[in-house]
Amino acid sequence: MHTILSNTQLAPNVTRLTVTAPRIAQIRQAGQFVIVRSGPGAERIPLTIADADAAAGTITLVIQAVGQSTKELVALQPGEELRDIVGPLGRATELPEHGHAVCVGGGVGTAVVHPIAQGLARAGVQVTSIIGGRSREWVIFEEELRALGTTIVCTDDGSYGRHGFVTDALRDVLAAGGVDAVYAVGPVPMMRAVAEVTRPLGVHTIVSLNPIMIDGTGMCGGCRVSIGGETKFACVDGPEFDGHQVDFDELRDRLGTYRQYEQAAQDHACKMGQG
Amino acid sequence: MPVNEQISAKERMAIARVKMPEQDPQVRNRTFTEVNLGLPEQLALLEAKRCLQCKVAKCIAGCPVLVDIPRFLGFIVDGDLEAAARSLLGDNALPAVTGRVCPQETQCEEVCIRGLKGAPVAIGYLERFVADWARDHLTGAFMTPAPASGKKVAVVGSGPAGLTAAGELIKLGHAVTIYEAFHTPGGVLVYGIPEFRLPKEIVRAEVARLEAQGVKIECNTVVGKTYTLAELRAEHDAVFVAVGAGLPVFMNVAGENLKGVYSANEYLTRVNLMAAYDFPNNATPVLKGKRVAVVGGGNVAMDAVRTAKRLGADEAMIVYRRGKTELPARAEEVHHAEEEGIRFDFQVAPLEVLGNDQGWVTGLRCIRMELGEPDDSGRRRPVPVPGSEFIFPCDIVIVAIGTRANPLLTSTSPDLRLNRWGNIEAGEDGATSLPGVFAGGDIVRGAATVILAMGDGKRAAKAIDAYLQNL
Ligand SMILES: Cc1cc2nc3c(=O)[nH]c(=O)nc-3n(C[C@H](O)[C@H](O)[C@H](O)COP(=O)(O)OP(=O)(O)OC[C@H]3O[C@@H](n4cnc5c(N)ncnc54)[C@H](O)[C@@H]3O)c2cc1C
Ligand code: FES
Repeated sequence: MHTILSNTQLAPNVTRLTVTAPRIAQIRQAGQFVIVRSGPGAERIPLTIADADAAAGTITLVIQAVGQSTKELVALQPGEELRDIVGPLGRATELPEHGHAVCVGGGVGTAVVHPIAQGLARAGVQVTSIIGGRSREWVIFEEELRALGTTIVCTDDGSYGRHGFVTDALRDVLAAGGVDAVYAVGPVPMMRAVAEVTRPLGVHTIVSLNPIMIDGTGMCGGCRVSIGGETKFACVDGPEFDGHQVDFDELRDRLGTYRQYEQAAQDHACKMGQG
Repeated sequence: MPVNEQISAKERMAIARVKMPEQDPQVRNRTFTEVNLGLPEQLALLEAKRCLQCKVAKCIAGCPVLVDIPRFLGFIVDGDLEAAARSLLGDNALPAVTGRVCPQETQCEEVCIRGLKGAPVAIGYLERFVADWARDHLTGAFMTPAPASGKKVAVVGSGPAGLTAAGELIKLGHAVTIYEAFHTPGGVLVYGIPEFRLPKEIVRAEVARLEAQGVKIECNTVVGKTYTLAELRAEHDAVFVAVGAGLPVFMNVAGENLKGVYSANEYLTRVNLMAAYDFPNNATPVLKGKRVAVVGGGNVAMDAVRTAKRLGADEAMIVYRRGKTELPARAEEVHHAEEEGIRFDFQVAPLEVLGNDQGWVTGLRCIRMELGEPDDSGRRRPVPVPGSEFIFPCDIVIVAIGTRANPLLTSTSPDLRLNRWGNIEAGEDGATSLPGVFAGGDIVRGAATVILAMGDGKRAAKAIDAYLQNL
């Protein structure tokens, strides 16, 4: 059993949960994730470990409530229990020990980029973060990232920070030179756009993929992605891959597999009085 | 004199083999409730009388865990079901499971003397009968455990191999903890084999019995991730690794990542473990196809295709490279599938999964095969018939062509010796290259059977016990 210690809303429909998971808190590395199930009958949901406190035995999860299952998860209040958390899963981020890395986070992806930036900074890498959201209220983890290095905030509507996309800011940072690697996490179109910006410059680009998963241990293959024309299982071979090799079209497409079922799930929840 | 000793061979020979009462095929192929209904007591009694009580009973040797079959059948004839249950459970830890899923026709029933002329004794049905009776009537622990040994054993994986080993070890007085990756114990018995063949309640009851005997189960623990094998080994006096053969093999043809292509593992896990057949009461969905093609011919393929039919497919078809006689599935499953309206297309190999511009599967391009010249092993390998390509239009393709060893645990334990397919190398007794680490089931054998996995668990438990005594 895992106890919810805090539940904070970070942005419209983005929630941060702090939950007890001592073993995972102790051994997790940047880039790894857990799979969470909120109770009997619930889906297994993969979530990046956004932060962890080994001494307190807690991990932090940042959840965008899009479907019925994530809505149920973010409804959990402090003191309530989460039955199932398994992990840490996936490979850890490969951290260089020096140089300059740019971490690009879009929307809830910023929460995933945060532990990577943290890992990089701890390893001795100079970190510049570029984070974005639709508007001011969607910008998350700004303070945490500022503590790790220069941070540029972009909003699509110009309500905060730079007006424009994270890729515009990225172009400027790259133009100044000296960037050894780019880490990008966010919606598929954003990661693709970042990869297209860095490709001509030959800057090593790592993206963290979020395909549909079940077990997270390599036994179902549902999470398969095409990397350089080869099929990989994101849960065990990733979730981070070379952004220049990823088939983003296929990823986006596969993410839509169950879209037709989402409405049914929501309707059902309404009927059951959980909507 | 017990009834069993009063019946003449002639009397026994005169009885015809029972038929298992089943749900009507046209009703059952729309539901997930169990196909076989089980023998009523009268029929079980009659069937048990067919056993000739051979002095040298070949059926015992035909059973991978050496169940003393004539003995428990004799108790049925005597009407002493409790004695039958104790006898059976003493030999086999999960008879309610094996009575349902063992390939009896290639084991005990294959060598049954009565099969020489006519039909063998329905040993599997009777095993199931006694096991079900025991579940309803024998409560509490009926084996007195040995005094606590003070030794701790970790079992990795809660499939039939792990459960059996845990049951044996706890009886011997050792403290046993099972570490399981999934949120529910049972391995293939809960995520692979469907409800209509093996109700999950049976597995739950078996697991509950182990827990009542003192076995601890830690779910949500992936060894190789949450703990390394070395860490477990350091905290226990011995470890039994029984993680199964969980890695799905794909066909490696174009179009395999289209929406609508599943590995059988994923499809069955969604439907069984996550209960997607009951969506949205259970939150995990599964695609329901109108026309479903399942590639493969084993039990896994049969389970997948019959599941697809039950989820509402108009047409559910098996596409298999070889012929009907080569189907590796249990005979009963093939028979049941045929009754339920499953189509079979033999000697066909898929070449490509076809899709539309939305990324959804639209068909399977296949080619017909014929048997070619015998290869080095003397087996005639199927070869493609030129110009025989055709398209099977479908919206779901399920790949059930096998599984391999999952490297998740083994890759984090470099000293554990593997064979060239990535399976753990283990001796007859399960001993591996690491002292105190034993292994069994599919992770050693490659995808095999429930009963072989159980046999491994039983033998390894014995070897672990001996190892612990010598510590
Ligand atoms: C769909 C299907 C139908 C089948 N039908 C039949 C049949 O009718 N008759 C028959 O005899 N056999 C059948 N089989 C084969 C049979 O189920 C297997 O041979 C048997 O289950 C193997 O047992 P096991 O204990 O070795 O492994 P499994 O049953 O595979 O159990 C392994 C367990 O280990 C867990 N695990 C894996 N990795 C880790 C890790 N790193 N850390 C912790 N836990 C881990 C898994 O989650 C799983 O619970 C079928 C198999 C399938 C898939
Ligand atoms: S989630 Fe099942 S293999 Fe990756």
